[in-house]
Amino acid sequence: MTSLKKNILKLREKRALVEKGGGDAAIAKQEAKGKMTARNRILAILDKGSFQEYDMFVEHGARNFGMDKKVLPGDGVITGTGTIDGKPVGIFAQDFTVEGGSLGLKHARKITKIMDHALKMKMPIIGINDSGGARIQEGVDALAGYGEIFYRNTIASGVIPQISVILGPCAGGAVYSPALTDFVFVVEKISNMFITGPSVIKTVIGEDISMEDLGGARVHAEITGNAHFYSLSETECFEQIKKLISFLPWSNTEKATAQKPAKPKSKTSIDSIIPSDPKQPYDVRDVIRAIVDDSDFFEVQELFAANIVIGFGRMGGETVGFVANQPMVLAGVLDCDSSDKAARFIRFCDSFNIPIVTLEDMPGYLPGVDQEHAGVIRHGAKVLYAYSEATVPKITVVLRKAYGGGYIAMNSRHLGADFVFAWPSAEIAVMGPEGAANIIFRKEIMEAEDPEAMRKIKVQEYVDKFANPYVAASNGFIDAVIEPKETREILLHTLEISKNKEELRPGKKHGLPPF
Amino acid sequence: MHNKQNELVDFAVTARKYKTLLTKKFINRPTWVAPIEGEVKATLPGTVISVDTKVGDTVKKGQVLMIQEAMKMQNRICAPVSGTIQEICVEPGMRVTKDFVMIVIG
Repeated sequence: MTSLKKNILKLREKRALVEKGGGDAAIAKQEAKGKMTARNRILAILDKGSFQEYDMFVEHGARNFGMDKKVLPGDGVITGTGTIDGKPVGIFAQDFTVEGGSLGLKHARKITKIMDHALKMKMPIIGINDSGGARIQEGVDALAGYGEIFYRNTIASGVIPQISVILGPCAGGAVYSPALTDFVFVVEKISNMFITGPSVIKTVIGEDISMEDLGGARVHAEITGNAHFYSLSETECFEQIKKLISFLPWSNTEKATAQKPAKPKSKTSIDSIIPSDPKQPYDVRDVIRAIVDDSDFFEVQELFAANIVIGFGRMGGETVGFVANQPMVLAGVLDCDSSDKAARFIRFCDSFNIPIVTLEDMPGYLPGVDQEHAGVIRHGAKVLYAYSEATVPKITVVLRKAYGGGYIAMNSRHLGADFVFAWPSAEIAVMGPEGAANIIFRKEIMEAEDPEAMRKIKVQEYVDKFANPYVAASNGFIDAVIEPKETREILLHTLEISKNKEELRPGKKHGLPPF
Repeated sequence: MHNKQNELVDFAVTARKYKTLLTKKFINRPTWVAPIEGEVKATLPGTVISVDTKVGDTVKKGQVLMIQEAMKMQNRICAPVSGTIQEICVEPGMRVTKDFVMIVIG
């Protein structure tokens, strides 16, 4: 055997050893929990044969607590680059079979190296988290590692799309990297995220709660809003990741790859979606599906703050971000959570050159002590900030109710909307007819012989005069009143003519959104 | 409480009621209770270390009433108002939950 051949065989042996991760027993344990191995996860997400691994032979430098005798293949994380649909991405996956996927300094440096590459080469980064947390034996070195990751998450924010996939525990400081990224994916019974776990909470606070109830996938998808995509299996999760990626540009200097335009295939007639009684709800997603290419709407944060709907679709082949009030849930009001959800999405779209289409039907802000004390002023202001700040094409269609502060907030002309359209069913007014009539005609109603009959008359008078799109149209606040079935065509046209939109803003270091 | 998450309910926003679904989070939202002046409540769950006053004592606003250990810290619990101690509901060693009324000043 030639010495080169020997060396090649030696390399193969070394590779095989690292590829085994924590070994057969640990892999069996991982799979028994319904979890794939870190390597298989990467292979399942990337195009077949496209994965190139780096830093396979990195070893930790810990010397205390017997760590000097421990060999940790790949230092518990697999990093590399590959392609999805032929386009490059950076990827890393923590390997729970190696020392519980714990994060030491070298483990973190492998991650930061691939993040640096992704940022330099302008490609999305996907991080798969499955780790018990900081490698305690490495002490403050492990903390340094986390800090270096968070710093890069922040620097890369708004430059390249960052995706976090939680496929195991992700606790303590570790949760802050996903929180800094753009999209977080969780899987039922596999993902767990929390700052302090159930045992600490029980000791310190006395509250007894299971890991699932505290920070399981469903909790983050529905209650906290920390997660954006929820699925029942890892396979379903990977499909969601690939679908999301297909809507996104590779960086903030590009546009998402356009696809072949396709007509909506929705069977529902767009004219018949909105009930004639303004108090009756409908699912605003039916309107979106009746407008977008192929009726393919990819919803983000479907379970969280469902009173607002956000997500991606295509119009004439190009990616568009949709923001829509959902009358089906909490009457479509804006509240703390729905404001956070919408504002963050608007800023994502603006960062990555994705035009925003807003569909409006909302009665106002949610009344209540809990809302006021939770800071609905500050949270609601985020929507105003995000819309005003955005310079991508911004188009609004008022479907029905547009009252008061909500009218202003939902991408009104006054916040810089490029185009505002209204359906004939639109009611653009300072408030709902009942409330307005009660105030404006208070005296007439009080002094009438039959106040209830008078109230009805006055409410109707207000409805006839103001609960329509024509007052706003007469001031030029609305560019056109359109029939529902004309919506897609007018959106396609205005998106097309907005393609070269340029809007310059005064130079600044950064603004101060009402966090 | 009857969970109405999956059925349309009347939902009042200003003067109009809309038919809509509720969210789990909305159904479980905390209800506000007006605070009662003179009630000393636990702001954190924890353990009572000592009680430094007794029923009938006259106390001044800001005076230390008791020590409660919470979040690994010994916290001085001070009188929110001046008055007379009406009731003491805790004793040293007792664990208290958040919002537990510990002392009442009249």
